[in-house]
Amino acid sequence: MKYFWYVIAGVLGGVLGGMGMGGGTILIPILTIFLNVKQHTAQAINLISFIPMAVVTLIIHIKNKLIDYRKVLWIILPGVITCVGGFFVCKVLAGDVLGRCFGGFLILLSVFQFVTEIKRKTKK
Amino acid sequence: MTKKKEDNSVSFSDKKVVLFSILTGAISGFINGVFGGGGGMIVVPMLVHLLKRAPQKAHATAILIILPLSVVSSILYFTFGKFSLSTGIPTGIGVIIGGVLGALLLSKMSSKTLTIIFSVVMAVAGGKMLFF
Repeated sequence: MKYFWYVIAGVLGGVLGGMGMGGGTILIPILTIFLNVKQHTAQAINLISFIPMAVVTLIIHIKNKLIDYRKVLWIILPGVITCVGGFFVCKVLAGDVLGRCFGGFLILLSVFQFVTEIKRKTKK
Repeated sequence: MTKKKEDNSVSFSDKKVVLFSILTGAISGFINGVFGGGGGMIVVPMLVHLLKRAPQKAHATAILIILPLSVVSSILYFTFGKFSLSTGIPTGIGVIIGGVLGALLLSKMSSKTLTIIFSVVMAVAGGKMLFF
């Protein structure tokens, strides 16, 4: 039964991810709030489960010529370096501290998303 | 003379583009490593506003950028024993099913209202995690 709820959590996160609304940012709180998964584990699951979906969508986008390759290595390479740094920050933080930081990050993102969406609406 | 001036202006804006590119990558990479997600939500607006890319292409390109970052982060999380197979496998299966559903739904529903609802849900979840 526990596994069933994990599948459901995945479906919920996946639907939002597939719609391009940041599935990861919602899968993590679903796992930690409702299924008592530890913050670090929820983050790891989110990262790993993103990969197969990303590969599939990327192939579709490449076929549809939607990828902009300009300066893309200048974005990816610094990102690889800082994500290693970010991981070590996450590793030293205790689960509950990391969870609180994530909560703050989520609030910032939602405010940002809300404001941009409202602006987009009034423009049209 | 005019040609030289043009060259200069191109190289100047090119430097700026490189700088903005590095900034975009560095910030989203750090977020990806610390929080194991959310990098895409940083990359897309930075691509659109800082690097002046078309929104639709920015969404697609963001995946190309986040994928290698997530691979690196995943390897790190996995090697340091933060991953749980018994939780991860069922969730991963769900994510794939949901991903396909979401991609199909996207063409049928208005994303504007959904995005607003979603941002409110995110704020509630964030509040719960931050304060409780």
